[in-house]
Amino acid sequence: MSNRRKIKLTVNGQDYERETETRTTLVDFLRHELDLTGTHVGCEHGVCGACTVLVDGISARGCLMLAVQAAGKKITTVEGLANPDGSLNTLQQAFMDNHGLQCGFCTPGMLTTLTEFLAHNPDPSETEVRIAISGNLCRCTGYQSIVAAALQAARVMREGKS
Amino acid sequence: MKPPPFVYHDPATVPEAVDLLSRLDNALPLAGGQSLMPMLNFRVVAPDHLVDLNRIDALSGIAIAGGVGRFGAMTRQRDLEFSPDVARAFPIMQEALSHVGHRQTRNRGTFGGSLCHLDPSAELLNMTALHDGVLTATSKSGERKIASTEWVQGIMTNALRAGEMLTGIELRAWMPGHGFAFEEFARRHGDFAIAAVGCLVVLDASGTIEKAALCVSGLGPGPARLAGAEKLMAGQRPSHELFRAAAVEAEALDAVDDAFVTAAYRKHLARVLTYRALERAVAGRADRRSAA
Repeated sequence: MSNRRKIKLTVNGQDYERETETRTTLVDFLRHELDLTGTHVGCEHGVCGACTVLVDGISARGCLMLAVQAAGKKITTVEGLANPDGSLNTLQQAFMDNHGLQCGFCTPGMLTTLTEFLAHNPDPSETEVRIAISGNLCRCTGYQSIVAAALQAARVMREGKS
Repeated sequence: MKPPPFVYHDPATVPEAVDLLSRLDNALPLAGGQSLMPMLNFRVVAPDHLVDLNRIDALSGIAIAGGVGRFGAMTRQRDLEFSPDVARAFPIMQEALSHVGHRQTRNRGTFGGSLCHLDPSAELLNMTALHDGVLTATSKSGERKIASTEWVQGIMTNALRAGEMLTGIELRAWMPGHGFAFEEFARRHGDFAIAAVGCLVVLDASGTIEKAALCVSGLGPGPARLAGAEKLMAGQRPSHELFRAAAVEAEALDAVDDAFVTAAYRKHLARVLTYRALERAVAGRADRRSAA
C-alpha cells in the first residue's frame, strides 16, 4: 500500500483534488499544497490553537488531523471568513476596532474558534468568551482586547438579526 | 515535529479494523487523535501501520435506556457534552467534560480514545469508574466485557489484549434528581488535573444519604473509588463532620510525585476536593465551576 493518496476536499468553497502523503497534517497540507498560509503552525501538539480551522463548521486543530482525514469535508480557514466582496466580516472588523491583534500569529485560530463559538452561542457572557478561547494562546494582547472584540461582534451580529 | 512515515488504513467496519489490528505488526488505532497525533508529531510513537477508526460510523452513538447508557467508543466528547439525553441521565458528565482539554479538542476527541490513552487524571476515566462502567473489547474471536475496575493495569496501560480494540462503553445511570459534583484542580483551565474528584449522592425524603459514590483521579495510574467513604455515608445525615471523615480516605490513597507536584500535595488536594464535592453534591447546587 502506498504512503500517498489522492484526496478531494472543499476549502473556503473551492473544490480541490490533490495527492498527499498520508502522514501530512491538515495544516501542512493547507499551507504547502494549497498555499493557504493564513492558518499558522505553532506548537504542533494541539496546545497553542494557532492552526485551528473549521471542519464542516466545527473547530479542530489542523495539526492534530491528517489531511487524508479531511477528504470529502468542507474546510474553512481564515482566508474564507471575509465577506464575499472582500471586506472584513463582523468578527474581523471587531478585532480591528478593538486592537484584538498585534503580531497576528494567534489571529487565524482566534477567528475560526470564535466563528464556531458565536454561531453556537450568540449572546455569551465575558466568562464564556474567555473559556471559549482558553485553547488559543496569545502573547501580545493579554486577551482583554480579544474578549472585547468577541463581545462587540456578538452584539453587532445580534442587532443585525433583530 | 512531523509524524514519522506509516502505512495508513481507514477501514469502514469494525471487523475490518479488528482484522487489520490483529494481522499487522506494530499497528496503532487512531481515534480522535487528540493524544496520539501529538505523540506522532513528537515521534514518541512510530507505528508501521495506522488504523484510522474515523470512518467507522457504527462506532459512534449514544443510547440511554433502562438505566444504562451505551456509548460507541468513537462517540466524540463534543457529542457527550451537547447531548440532552446525557445531561438528563448523567448530569455530572457536562461538568466533568468542561475540564477536558478545550472545545477544539473535544470536537475531535472521543470517549473511547480517552479511556484507551489512559492519562491517569482523565475525566472520562473518572466518569466511567464513578458510574460502574463496563467496557466492550472486540477481537476476531468476538466480544469481551471488562469492568472499569479491571481496566487500568498500570500507568497508561489498559486491559486490552493484542488484537482487541475498545468498541463500546456502558455506564449505569443514577436515579433522576441525584446530587452530583465534579471538582478538579489544574494549573490552567484545560490542563491535565493534578487531582480531581467526582461525586454522586442520593438523599431520601428526610434528607438522609441513601447512597453515595466518590471517585478520585490523579493520584495513581487510574481513578480510585472511595469504597470506605461510600459505605460510611450510607444512612447518615449529611454534616461537615461526616464529609471531613469521608475525605480522610482520599488523603490516604497512594500518590505519585512528579517534576511539578509532590505526592503529599496531591493527597492534600484529594482530601480538600472530596470535601468540596460532597458539600456541593449534597447541597444540589448545579453551579458549574468552569475555571480551575
